[in-house]
Amino acid sequence: MTEIRNPASPPQKKSSVRGEAKAKTLTERIMNGIFFVCGILAAVSVVFISLYMIFSGGPAILKIGFREFLLGDVWNPSNNEFGILPMILASILATVVSVLIAVPIGVLVAVFLSHIAPKKLASLVRPMVDLLSGIPSVVYGLLGAILIVPLIFRLQEAFSMPTGGCLLSAIIVLVIMILPTIISVSETALRAVPKSYYEASLGLGGSKIQSIFKVVVPAAKSGIVAGMVLGTGRAIGETMAVMMVAGNAVILPELLKPVRLLTVSIPFEWAYSSGLHREALFGIGLVLFIFIMIINFALNGILKRGVKNT
Amino acid sequence: MSADIRRNGIAGAGAGTEPKSAPEASLPVSQPLKASVTSLMKKKKRPMDILLYGLIYFFSAAILAMVLYFIIYILWQGLPMLTWEFLSTAPNPLEDTIGILPAIINTVYIILLSVLISVPLGVGGAVYLNEYAKNKVLIRIIEFTTETLAGIPSIIFGVFGYVFFCTTLNLKVSLLSGALTLTLMVLPTIVRTMQEALKAVPKSYREGAAGLGATKWHTIRTILLPSAMPGLITAIILAIGRIVGESAALILVSGGSAVYMPRGNLFEQFMGSGATLSVELYRYAYSRGLNDVGFGIAAVLLIIVLLLNFTTRFISRRLEKKKQ
Repeated sequence: MTEIRNPASPPQKKSSVRGEAKAKTLTERIMNGIFFVCGILAAVSVVFISLYMIFSGGPAILKIGFREFLLGDVWNPSNNEFGILPMILASILATVVSVLIAVPIGVLVAVFLSHIAPKKLASLVRPMVDLLSGIPSVVYGLLGAILIVPLIFRLQEAFSMPTGGCLLSAIIVLVIMILPTIISVSETALRAVPKSYYEASLGLGGSKIQSIFKVVVPAAKSGIVAGMVLGTGRAIGETMAVMMVAGNAVILPELLKPVRLLTVSIPFEWAYSSGLHREALFGIGLVLFIFIMIINFALNGILKRGVKNT
Repeated sequence: MSADIRRNGIAGAGAGTEPKSAPEASLPVSQPLKASVTSLMKKKKRPMDILLYGLIYFFSAAILAMVLYFIIYILWQGLPMLTWEFLSTAPNPLEDTIGILPAIINTVYIILLSVLISVPLGVGGAVYLNEYAKNKVLIRIIEFTTETLAGIPSIIFGVFGYVFFCTTLNLKVSLLSGALTLTLMVLPTIVRTMQEALKAVPKSYREGAAGLGATKWHTIRTILLPSAMPGLITAIILAIGRIVGESAALILVSGGSAVYMPRGNLFEQFMGSGATLSVELYRYAYSRGLNDVGFGIAAVLLIIVLLLNFTTRFISRRLEKKKQ
């Protein structure tokens, strides 16, 4: 290559051209190496995070005892009792219920954006949904504490002890927080369904709604499920917003009673924890990490199957 | 758009389903022909359709109204708090005044540090995936782990950052530890955005450069990266959005309060602990119960988020225009 370029460039000694070429291959090699390191950085960090989570969380779980830790229902660090069953149940319950509420709403709004709204209206609503996902979680926590918790307080007065933050307020905040994810992923999935499906259904005499819900939505199923799983991941990992609205008492979850989610314990007790207590918090981190990894692998499997189907 | 296609293309075939193409006036004509024909001309009212339409419009309107309500409510509550004193001083417990200047400075430092560290790494990763990597298995591993990294919640990053950066690397609870932790969190966003941008650079550019005798690195430096510039800017803005909003991880790795101004030279300031705006919001609103201060900070955060959103929208709109 350098040979060909040579005549055009100002007269130079031949050796310098060769030297230049050599220097070039050297920079090429160095850059190749640097880019390779950047490339594998994500993989290396995931391995590091996994190892560190296991090695920092594992010992506490072994010390406390597998069963006592995962199935114990008393969390009393000052008395060396570390049972996280109430938190696990609260986390699972809050996540599952909020996803079950958010998915139908999210799919309906996604249908609105992809098939029903005029183009201009859709391009007005979409930025609003994006904005919803850009609002920091502490701001959601503040809004939840000011707007939602007082409403729930009245509900509690009618049914049980009024305590303020509870499982229900956590669920409401989580629904709002995972909606943008579900809407945007579902909308992408709905748009990816070939137009001909929809048109064929209309041509066969199906109404607009029938064509959307009986043809387009089933065809976009894998994308919608992927959005659902992503939403699940966000919900189970959410920390600050639920901490500010959930009441944070470690008791077995009930809808109108305060709950403590898994994630919340870590920052909540971080500042004054030490020794086995701090290690137990690492243990909670490990349990959470395992949940997240299961969700990630499920997501990967769904996405792969979706690619195969299309 | 789909409605247009229907009206022009299939409206004739699907007359029975088109709500507006079967006006009431045509009913008398079809009445003598009995039910089977009537159903073709008259719109059959499906209760399910009406219900679903109602739900779709209701929830879409509800979300729109909710977002607008949130914005207006936060600004309404927060903007009155934003006096010059609030923005430009440190909290003073003796005179019982509250200021968020230390938090603002900490936020700026953390943004600068994380962007400076994460952008080169993320861009390099994207370039490797797009231009260098040939091993399919390796590409799949990198892409899977990037997705995994994106799915890990921030509190896990906080625990990892505390154990790895603060303890193992002995960086202490500091802004630098926070920036390094955030680097891992925003890395997937930068890699993915840059990958998209690099994919959008036409193949002919690369072939043209190769034909002129340019080496790979030369092509990347002089052609690919400049062409992918808008993507790079978008990636940086997305990263800043994430950094500004982050709180759970930073409480663990870079400190839970911003009462004092950062002290010493720049390096000492980076090695000091301190809370960013989001963490300060949490501390004031939750730990101290000062909701008005919380709303003041929330208004600042919201304005930043709005500005970032407008900028990305502006860039992508200009890109679309260029394409046309």
